[in-house]
Amino acid sequence: MSTVKLVAVFSENKPGQLERVTQLLAGSGINIQWVTIATSETFGVIKLLVDRCDAAFNLLKENGFTVSLIEVLAVEVQDQPGGLHTVAEALLRHHINMQNASGFVSNNRAVLLIEVKDLEQAKAAAVTAKLHLLSPEETLRL
Amino acid sequence: MFWDQEIETLPRPELEQLQLKRLRKTVRKVASETVFYRQKFAETGFKPSAIKSLADLRRLPFTTSADLRANYPDGLLIKGGHDLIRLHTSSGTTGKPKALFFSRKDIDQAAENIARCLTMTGLGKQDILQNMMTYGLFTGALMVHYGAEKLGLMVIPSGPGNSEKQLLLMQDFRTTAIHLTPSYALYFADFIEKRGVDPRKDLALRKAYIGAEPYTEETRRKIEAALGVEVYNCYGLSEMNGPGVAFECDAKQGMHVWEDNYLMEIIDPQTGEPVPDGQTGELVLTSLCREAMPILRYRTRDITAIIPGPCPCGRTHRRLQRITGRSDDMLIVRGANVYPQQIERILMSIPGLGRNYLICLEGLDEMIVKVELSDASFDGQVEHLVKLQSQITEKLRAEILVRPKVELVMPGSLPASEGKAKRVIDKRIL
Repeated sequence: MSTVKLVAVFSENKPGQLERVTQLLAGSGINIQWVTIATSETFGVIKLLVDRCDAAFNLLKENGFTVSLIEVLAVEVQDQPGGLHTVAEALLRHHINMQNASGFVSNNRAVLLIEVKDLEQAKAAAVTAKLHLLSPEETLRL
Repeated sequence: MFWDQEIETLPRPELEQLQLKRLRKTVRKVASETVFYRQKFAETGFKPSAIKSLADLRRLPFTTSADLRANYPDGLLIKGGHDLIRLHTSSGTTGKPKALFFSRKDIDQAAENIARCLTMTGLGKQDILQNMMTYGLFTGALMVHYGAEKLGLMVIPSGPGNSEKQLLLMQDFRTTAIHLTPSYALYFADFIEKRGVDPRKDLALRKAYIGAEPYTEETRRKIEAALGVEVYNCYGLSEMNGPGVAFECDAKQGMHVWEDNYLMEIIDPQTGEPVPDGQTGELVLTSLCREAMPILRYRTRDITAIIPGPCPCGRTHRRLQRITGRSDDMLIVRGANVYPQQIERILMSIPGLGRNYLICLEGLDEMIVKVELSDASFDGQVEHLVKLQSQITEKLRAEILVRPKVELVMPGSLPASEGKAKRVIDKRIL
């Protein structure tokens, strides 16, 4: 069972920063499946789920961006009432604190991307709770 | 190792005797042969015969950089009696520069002092010095060049900039020593790191002579680690024959001032009164050997202190602490006195930051400190960046007593300097 990698890009909070990132990726034919932007007052972090993660990482680095790869768990959530609750409850039972989480729905399948401190522990919790963790290949096929 | 052991270890009483003799000669000379000092002495009622001991130095009026500008081009020049072979100017950001004249003997003395400096750090004939300082009107590169040649090194006069070529020269000719500014050293360290060059494996560098801009102990350590060299601090100014006024020996505990060439005093910049050894103030220098253009009690504006007590190296010439700022670099922000070097020292001590920073003063006394993040420290967590930002803010506030606004910026996004770095931009509407 593998984790999913996100590309995180440091960005100063000024016009044109996201546009430079997306332009580079588009130019190399890298497909963005999902994006989230967290900002503070003067800077932010753009996180991207892309089809070619290592290529995106190298491309951005070569172009002077400060980038890093983050490993996250992609948990499939039943697209029905109580679906998210099942996941939240499993994490709570194992005292796992989410650092960041965000979700999306694609072709009637709901996915929750979870960043945790201890990836192994969270994986074990997910297995015990019979949650379905998506592999990188599965997330790309969504 | 000594270049001139006798003079470098001359017992203090003899050294002071020599200083007095040279001071009296210099004062008599400028009184009779320069327009500027003849007038200045007449205005202040000073008589050269008043100098009976070194303590009488205080009776002499100060000379300031404003005096040099006002008497541009040649009000301080001794006309005749020597071979005038060189003019340098010292940068004026506003108005006229300062014109500085050198006789053949002056240039030779500057080279002699540099030869002493390089020898005491352990450099010898077998070494290869890449001189990455600016050649031209600035004295920094040329005087070191002459001193190194005098010592018998091979000199590569590369000048600053063009890091690609610098690296090539360093690799192909096995450069062992470099002379450059701290900001260029940091830039160059970053440059070779990006190239994947490991200085300890791929280069033959042993020593770096770093000067022309004030820098901190933290910066020294950063440069030493990044370039795999021993860094020696050096100090000089064109008004006093250029570099080699003061230099660190192998003990690296302060810079020896060549006291047979220069009289040094530390004064309170506000009152002009001397302060005791060990106390911080403005450095005032009197040249004792300059022939074409002697300058008396020159207000350097550099803030430092004399280190009391002898040095383990055995030299009797006293030492100066690292320059901590310039009395005219001091910023007054919301009523507090702030030196850019204080900010640099804090920034260099915090892990996770890059090598460049910029202090911007804007609006009504607002201070913004922009600092580059280091590539390696970024883990994609915005929370960690926020924490780093507040840690910097707190540490700066504790040091300078003003709470700055701290902005983290991308590595390489601040204007990188290959010469003297501009670290402060003041756009306040006060």
